[in-house]
Amino acid sequence: MDVRLSPEQSALRGSAVQVVDRLGVRAVAHLDDRERAGKLDAAVDATGWRELRTLAEDGGPWASPVEVAIVAEELGRGLADIAFLGPTMAADLRRLAGAPAAAGRETIALTADLAEPACAVDGDVTGAVAIDAEAATSALVLVAGAEGYAMGAVPVGDVVTGADLTRPMARLTARAAPVSGQTRRLHEGEVAAWRSLGLAVACADLVGTMRGTLALACDYAHARRQFGAAIGSFQAVQHLLADAFVATEGSRSIALHAAWAADALPGPDALAAASAAKAYCARAARAVCETAIQVHGGIGNTWDCLAHVFLRRALLSADVLGGVGDNLARVLAAHGVEVDHGLR
Amino acid sequence: MDFADSTEELAFRLRLRDWLSGHDPGLPPSSTADEYWAGQAAWHQTLYDAGFFGLSWPKEIGGLGLPSVYEVILDEELITAGAPPRPSVGYLVQGILRHGSEDVRRRFLPGLVSGRERWCQGFSEPEAGSDLASLRTRAERDGDEYVISGHKVWTSYSDAADWCLVLARTDPVVPKHRGISAFVVPMRQPGIVQRPLKMINGVTREFGEVLFDGARVDATNMIGEVGEGWRLAMTVVSHEREPGELGYVARYGKLVNGLVDAVKERPGTFGPEEQRDLAWAIVEAEMLRCHVSRRLSDRLDGLSHGPEGSVDKLLMTAAEQAVGHAALSIGGVSDPAGVDTWLKVYLYSRAQSVMGGTSQVQRNLIASRILELPTS
Repeated sequence: MDVRLSPEQSALRGSAVQVVDRLGVRAVAHLDDRERAGKLDAAVDATGWRELRTLAEDGGPWASPVEVAIVAEELGRGLADIAFLGPTMAADLRRLAGAPAAAGRETIALTADLAEPACAVDGDVTGAVAIDAEAATSALVLVAGAEGYAMGAVPVGDVVTGADLTRPMARLTARAAPVSGQTRRLHEGEVAAWRSLGLAVACADLVGTMRGTLALACDYAHARRQFGAAIGSFQAVQHLLADAFVATEGSRSIALHAAWAADALPGPDALAAASAAKAYCARAARAVCETAIQVHGGIGNTWDCLAHVFLRRALLSADVLGGVGDNLARVLAAHGVEVDHGLR
Repeated sequence: MDFADSTEELAFRLRLRDWLSGHDPGLPPSSTADEYWAGQAAWHQTLYDAGFFGLSWPKEIGGLGLPSVYEVILDEELITAGAPPRPSVGYLVQGILRHGSEDVRRRFLPGLVSGRERWCQGFSEPEAGSDLASLRTRAERDGDEYVISGHKVWTSYSDAADWCLVLARTDPVVPKHRGISAFVVPMRQPGIVQRPLKMINGVTREFGEVLFDGARVDATNMIGEVGEGWRLAMTVVSHEREPGELGYVARYGKLVNGLVDAVKERPGTFGPEEQRDLAWAIVEAEMLRCHVSRRLSDRLDGLSHGPEGSVDKLLMTAAEQAVGHAALSIGGVSDPAGVDTWLKVYLYSRAQSVMGGTSQVQRNLIASRILELPTS
C-alpha cells in the first residue's frame, strides 16, 4: 500500500492546475465569456483528458480512474465549464462494449432524477436526461437484454442550464438507436464498475468544488473587515472555515479510495466503495459551499459572488448517479442490510 | 497510488490473519466494560510476543521496523477477526523516541512497546485543561532526585500503571511554556495516590486522577533537558490526535460490524432513521480507514507530524460520534437496567470531542496553522 500520487500523477495534476488556473471561471462574468470557454474546451481536447478511458494498445484503458479523478478535481476547483464526466463515461462504456471510439462529442444519459444510468426499453428513454450536454451530438444509454447490457445512442437536442451554471443538460426526446460496432455485452459486474467510475469522478469534482469555494471564503475572511479587524480573526468564523477544511480532507481521502477501487476491485466492491464516498462527499460539499456563502455575508447571497456558482455545481455533482440517500441505501445493501423504502 | 497490498504486505496479512483466527481473547468493546481493561495488558503482550505489535517502530526499542502502512493492515485484520484494537501507546512511544536521550529510550521504550510495563500520562490538571501550559504540579530538585507535588486528572489507565509520564513545573519564574520539564515517574511508591474516575457510561477502569505528594523520581528519568517539557508535550498530544497512532480504525470497524449484525438479526425492526444512522456509521468508519491509509502513506519517507493531526482528530471524532449515534438509534434506551452495551458505546463517544484536546482547540489550531487566518 502506498496511496501517494506517483510522479506521473503529480505531473498530470500540475498540468490540470495550469489549464484551469488560466482558463477556468474566476468571476461570475466569466461564465458569459464564450471565447474563454472555447479556449478551455480546446485546451482539454488537446490534452486528451476526455479520452483517458478509451482503449489503449494493451487492451485496457489508457489511464486508471485515479488519473481521471485527478483531472476532475482540478476542473471542479476551477469551475471548468466544459464537459468531462459525461464524455469520460461514454468513452468507458464504448470500451467495455468493444465498440470503436465515438466520431463526435458524446456523453451519457441518466434517469430523470439523475440517480441511475438511463436504460432504454424498446428504444424508449422517456424522461432521461443527458448530462454534460454542451456540444454533445449524442448520449449513450444502456439497453437491457437476456445476455447482458448493450448500448444505445440518443441524439441530443437543445441544451438547458439547470441548477449548475457551468454544465448544461438536455432532456432526451428522441428514441435510442443501436450503436454500431459493439462486439460484446456488459454483465452486471461491469455495469457496477462503470457506475463506480462515474461516482468516483463526481466525488472528485465535489472535492475540487470544496477546495475552490473554501479558498474563496478564506480569501474573503482575510480581506473583509468589521469591528476594526479582519473577520477571519474571529473565532466563530474561524471554526466554520476549519470545519469546512476538515470535511474537505475527509472527502479527499474517501474519494481517492473510490477512484482506486473503480478499476482495482470487483464491480460490486467498487460500487460499495464509490457509494460510501459519494454519500460522504455529497453531504460535505453542500455544507462547505453553504459555509462559503455564510462567510461572505450579504455579498455571498448576490448573483455576482462566485460562491453560489460553486454551490450550484456541487448540487448537480451531488445528485449525479445518486445523492446522499440513494448512496446510503447502496452502502447498506452492500452490507446485506435490507432497505425497504429507500433512504432518500 | 495503490491501496492494494504488495507481495510482502499480503504475506504478512495472511500470516496475521492465520494467527488471529486462534488468538482472539474475546474481550468486550473497550468503551463498554471494565473486563476489557482487565484483559487489555494480556492482549497487548500476546499481540507483541506474536510479532504483531509495534510494527512500524524501530527495532532498537522492540519494534519491527516495518513501513508505516503495515499498521493499517493490522487494523483491518483486527476488524475482520473481531479482535480488540491494538493498544494505544503510540503517542507516548513517539514522544519519548523523539525527545528522550539514548539512555532514556533504552531504559523505558522496550517495556512500553512490549506491554510488560504499563504507562499512564500525567498532563492535565484540575486548573490546566485546554490551557495545559498553566499546569501547577511542581518538581523540585533534591540531590540526585526531583520531588513531585501536584494533582493530575483525566489520567487514563492510572490504576494499572507502573510509570507515569509527568509534566511538572521546574521553574516558576520563566514564561509558563518554558518552565516545564518531563519525567518518567515510578507509580508504585509512597507519595502517590491514584483514584479511579467513573465515566458517564459506568466504566471505572479507564479513567483516573493521581495525587503526587512528595513523590520521588531520579533526575536521570527526565526526558530532554530542564525546561524542555513543553516540546515533548506537543509531540505527544499531536500524536494522541492521530487515529493512525491510536489504532482506532479497528475500534470503529468492530463496533460497526456489531451494529450491522444487530440490525440483520432483527429484520423489519428498524425504520429509515435508524438505517440512515447505521449507514453513516459505516461511511464515517470507512472514511477514517481511507484517511489513515493516506496519512500513513505520507509517512513512508519518514515521520512527520504537524497541525494536520488536528484535522485527523476531528475526523476521528466525527467517526466515533457517528458510530455512537448509530449505537443509540439501534440499541435504544429502553433496557430497564440501563446498562445496555450500545448505550455505553454512545455515552463513551461523547468523550472523543474532549480527550486529547477539545474539538474547539483543534479548530483554533487549524484556523491559525493550516488556513493561516489572521489572529485577533
